[in-house]
Amino acid sequence: MSDSPLTPLPMIGRSLWQDARNRLMRNRAAVASLIVLGLMALSCIAGPWLTGHPYDRVYPDYVRVPASLESYPKADAIPAAVQRIAARIRATPGDVAVVGESLRLTLTSPRPIDQRLLVYFDRSDQFGTPRITANEEEGRRLALEVPLKRQRFLFGTDANGRDLLTRTLIAGRVSLAIGLLATGVALIIGVLYGAAAGYLGGRIDMLMMRVVDVLYALPFIFFVILLVVFFGRNFILMFLAVGAIEWLDMARIVRGQTLSLKRQEYVLAAEALGVTTGGIIWRHIIPNTLGPVIVYVTLLVPKVILLESFLSFLGLGVQEPMTSWGALISDGARAIQGAWWMLAFPAASLVTTLFALNFLGDGLRDALDPRDR
Amino acid sequence: MLPFILRRLATAIPTLFVVVTLSFFLMRVAPGGPFDLERPLEAKVMENLRRIYQLDQPLYQQYLTYLGALLRGDFGPSFYFRDFSIAELFAQGLPVSMRLGACALALALLIGGPLGALAAFRQNGNADHAVMGFAAAGITIPNFVVAPVLQIVFGLTLAWLPVGGWNGGALRNVILPVVTLALPQIAVIARMTRAAMIETLRANHIRTLRAQGLDGSTVALHALRASALPVVSYLGPAAAALLTGSVVVETIFGIPGIGRYFVEGALNRDYTLVMGTVVVIAVFVLVFNLAVDLLYALLDPRVRLD
Amino acid sequence: MTTGDPILSIRNLHVRFRSNDGMVEAVRGVDLDVGAGEFVAIVGESGSGKSQSVMAAMGLLASNGEATGSIRYRGAELLGLKAAALNAYRGRKLAMIFQEPMTSLDPLFKIGAQIAAPLRKHQGLSRKAARARALELLELVRMPRPEARLSSYPHELSGGQRQRVMIAMALANDPDILIADEPTTALDVTIEAEILALIAELRQRLGMAVILITHDLGLVRQHAERVYVMRQGEVVESGTKRQIISAPAHPYTRMLLAAEPEGRKAPPPDDAPILLSARDLRVSYDLSRGFLRRETALLHAVDGVDLTLRRGQTIGIVGESGSGKSTLGKAVLKLVPSAGTIRFEDRALAPLDRAAMRPLRSSLQVVFQDPFGSLSPRLTVGEIVSEGLLVHAPHLTRAERDLRAAQALAEVSLEPALRNRYPHEFSGGQRQRIAIARAMILHPKLVVLDEPTSALDRTVQKSIVALLKDMQARHALSYLFISHDLGVVRAMADWVMVMKDGCVVESGPTEAIFEAPQADYTRRLIAASIKA
Repeated sequence: MSDSPLTPLPMIGRSLWQDARNRLMRNRAAVASLIVLGLMALSCIAGPWLTGHPYDRVYPDYVRVPASLESYPKADAIPAAVQRIAARIRATPGDVAVVGESLRLTLTSPRPIDQRLLVYFDRSDQFGTPRITANEEEGRRLALEVPLKRQRFLFGTDANGRDLLTRTLIAGRVSLAIGLLATGVALIIGVLYGAAAGYLGGRIDMLMMRVVDVLYALPFIFFVILLVVFFGRNFILMFLAVGAIEWLDMARIVRGQTLSLKRQEYVLAAEALGVTTGGIIWRHIIPNTLGPVIVYVTLLVPKVILLESFLSFLGLGVQEPMTSWGALISDGARAIQGAWWMLAFPAASLVTTLFALNFLGDGLRDALDPRDR
Repeated sequence: MLPFILRRLATAIPTLFVVVTLSFFLMRVAPGGPFDLERPLEAKVMENLRRIYQLDQPLYQQYLTYLGALLRGDFGPSFYFRDFSIAELFAQGLPVSMRLGACALALALLIGGPLGALAAFRQNGNADHAVMGFAAAGITIPNFVVAPVLQIVFGLTLAWLPVGGWNGGALRNVILPVVTLALPQIAVIARMTRAAMIETLRANHIRTLRAQGLDGSTVALHALRASALPVVSYLGPAAAALLTGSVVVETIFGIPGIGRYFVEGALNRDYTLVMGTVVVIAVFVLVFNLAVDLLYALLDPRVRLD
Repeated sequence: MTTGDPILSIRNLHVRFRSNDGMVEAVRGVDLDVGAGEFVAIVGESGSGKSQSVMAAMGLLASNGEATGSIRYRGAELLGLKAAALNAYRGRKLAMIFQEPMTSLDPLFKIGAQIAAPLRKHQGLSRKAARARALELLELVRMPRPEARLSSYPHELSGGQRQRVMIAMALANDPDILIADEPTTALDVTIEAEILALIAELRQRLGMAVILITHDLGLVRQHAERVYVMRQGEVVESGTKRQIISAPAHPYTRMLLAAEPEGRKAPPPDDAPILLSARDLRVSYDLSRGFLRRETALLHAVDGVDLTLRRGQTIGIVGESGSGKSTLGKAVLKLVPSAGTIRFEDRALAPLDRAAMRPLRSSLQVVFQDPFGSLSPRLTVGEIVSEGLLVHAPHLTRAERDLRAAQALAEVSLEPALRNRYPHEFSGGQRQRIAIARAMILHPKLVVLDEPTSALDRTVQKSIVALLKDMQARHALSYLFISHDLGVVRAMADWVMVMKDGCVVESGPTEAIFEAPQADYTRRLIAASIKA
């Protein structure tokens, strides 16, 4: 408002990008979203190596165990497990006691115990290799010391007994990758198509936009389903398909931007300077369409992730044992009565990510277009 | 107005034609056929089936036959639901889907619009933040998460409402699916209304009203009318999508609508069912876009229908 | 000063806005009085706080603004009133019209309904009575075909007509004070004269007071009785019009008065070589819509114009909006497709395509009106100024280009060190200097100046005019100076072409046109814009 004389100015100016970044950094919701997204991406990338469980490792003894901070096997579950294994060895367990990280017990049997059968301890998910501390009554009574295999399932396990934390993180990898890659595909097709239509103008523009209109009238799920049916449930094709459909909006946005930029006086001034078409597009058009495109991209990523999870929910997503958030949620929704954690954790991860992306998108829009605050 | 409608319908026909053609051939190029069961059929039986459904003819012949039948309003027999024609399937399913969709749309408008307006009038206040938080949740939480949670809470824990089923469209059965369908729409409409309203409240013509000493209600009326325009444009595609059913909601709540046909049809290579669904959806999209354009012209005198 | 008690008195008014950079004070302690039936003008340049002072009185400050002090209408305090209480005064006792007639009416409602709204609210008239009164009001503001206009929508009216509607609405409840905030700035000069004459006449007839807020001292000379001069949120001087105009006490007032462009341009010698000539130049736009273009509708923006420009000459092209003067400028530069012949020095430009034009572009340059829109917002000023060198001197290194940019900025009196900053960090006048530097760095022979001063304050205008004249003298430049502002044209040009509806109405040496206009249109234009 005020027309006060310019104070001595620093040599380097603040570009509009820097202004936008400053505004973004003042937006607490956007900064929080950025941090959440960073943490989410980091844990999805590095997490699966740190959980101690491969994502496709099945623990038959831990099917659908609830989420817990304590490690498994739990003390009250040990006797039953020992009972089960002892039955296989055809022996009766006794004096079961947990001492530190190992289990002491005796096995008694009317006949000598076949020591090879002790491998059942090994094969279970709870115990390690047993050591015979005492062999009495000619092998009819064995005193064993069996180390406990401590396992943690922070998010519980799924219906096959796989660690849900690892699977959620792996699923996050897949969902985020599909989100980013599909958005990339949409971005490239949409920007090229939209900029071409907008810059060429006239009848070419009309024709190109008519094609877009026709594609809008096609039910897009149809395409995705067909592509999936066509090429099988392939991870790469999945995002190509989604990207190939989501470019329509991007094309419209970029075309609109290009059309309005073409009328700007600075473009006219560049033309009067004799700048080539390529130079005008590179220096004047593209930097100025970038703002809305960035905002749209931030909002497209959650859309794509949602679309992928929708397909996975229908059973058309990535193939087992690979998984995605949508696939996990689908499993969880089916198991919701007995195993709430199977829905809760994947859904929470998905929703947190989408929330953060949405708030970041809103923040970016406010930052890049301050008029709209 | 009539010439405009006629012209729009005239441009809609080629679009529809392209959509039908594209879908027909895409569907046919996909590997597999409607009779590829887990246990392969005997060659003889297969051949008979193919002859009955005219699959033994050249593809272009089938296409022309289908197009001809379509022009007469005949969608053909279903390959998968062997005892039904496509028309019968839609006659049963479409009213169900449309009823659900219409309820959801009405609910979304009734709640989303006022919420958005409230948020705009209290911009950056607590009400605004609450509405925007709710809207963000509505947009980000997928319906296949919302639906089971609603089932658990209202169906099982509280046992107020049935977990699923159509039951002839009884109110008790409709509530949960409608709410599931409406939540994201409420969110979108609230956000759009708020954004448009904030923009309008800053407009010069609103300042004119204030300068004339007109009351808040008059100002709100003018602002609402201007803010309705973007929402109206959004309603076309949204209505078309809602009224043609949602596969997720219909599957989870066990509702006999047409939303499921698409996925079922594609997976089972029920050619006629998929084609029928494509045509129905495309017609809905075209009709609702036309309706929205007419409504828009009615609301905004600057738009001329020509 | 005023006779009797003032009906509106403002005391120690402060208006502040919260912004990202803290509080900005737009009005700092303003005192102001308006007597019954008085015509008061508040004069100032952009950012002087003149509008915000009255916006505060009307309770129309933006939501991030707050006002302190006192604003009394006939003794009743207005400041701090809630909207509902303020509505007893707004639209009834104090009415206001705005700068932007194009957007100040609701596009979705009919004119009749919009005029009727304040009548029904404040006088409780029935729908029918309000309509009858609305018709009277439209007749009062001399709206052509008032009956039909009642059921028109705003977009069907011209800018001048919309401002008449605004005035009709403002007068609906016989206000004591009409506040007119730059009511004619967005209008052509001939329309401006009509609207102001109407306001003056209505004031006489209805006996109301008028507060005219303007940047234009010419309007003040014609109409006002008392004047407040504002600058940076403060009233620097106030008094009767005679005192302010003939004996200004404050240096700023003197500067404003002296900011009317002055000086004359001597014509080039008769034997100066012809630089540019155009014969029968035509530009038409296709207005038809639709893919198949069934109906063709052509708009002849420029319709058979001849033009001869000599070295060192400045041709002023004047006309109102829609006259085709800007299009003519672009056609000469081949920025829009045109028919007819254009010769530059001894080359025909018409057959040249984009690539063939490129080498000539360094000789033909342009400066646009909008200093905000003509600089690419994401490039630094140095990059903007030196962009032409990328095309016309590709052998230069980055450092050499940078040096040239610094020199070019110095030549337009801008600190060269500022070349690393971005356009949005500069004021309007500074940006226009940057645009001039961008044109001059290529050492052109001809510069098309498309309303280069129209978006600027008078004092800034004056310095830009001086800069352009200085550049012309130093580099023997020829100018095509396009403007609707006859005062500036008179100072800049030695030859004038008057355009209307795409055709040249009259042309001749500047003094001849101004002293003895032949065409009726020229006479009207001059009468409307020279406000002595």
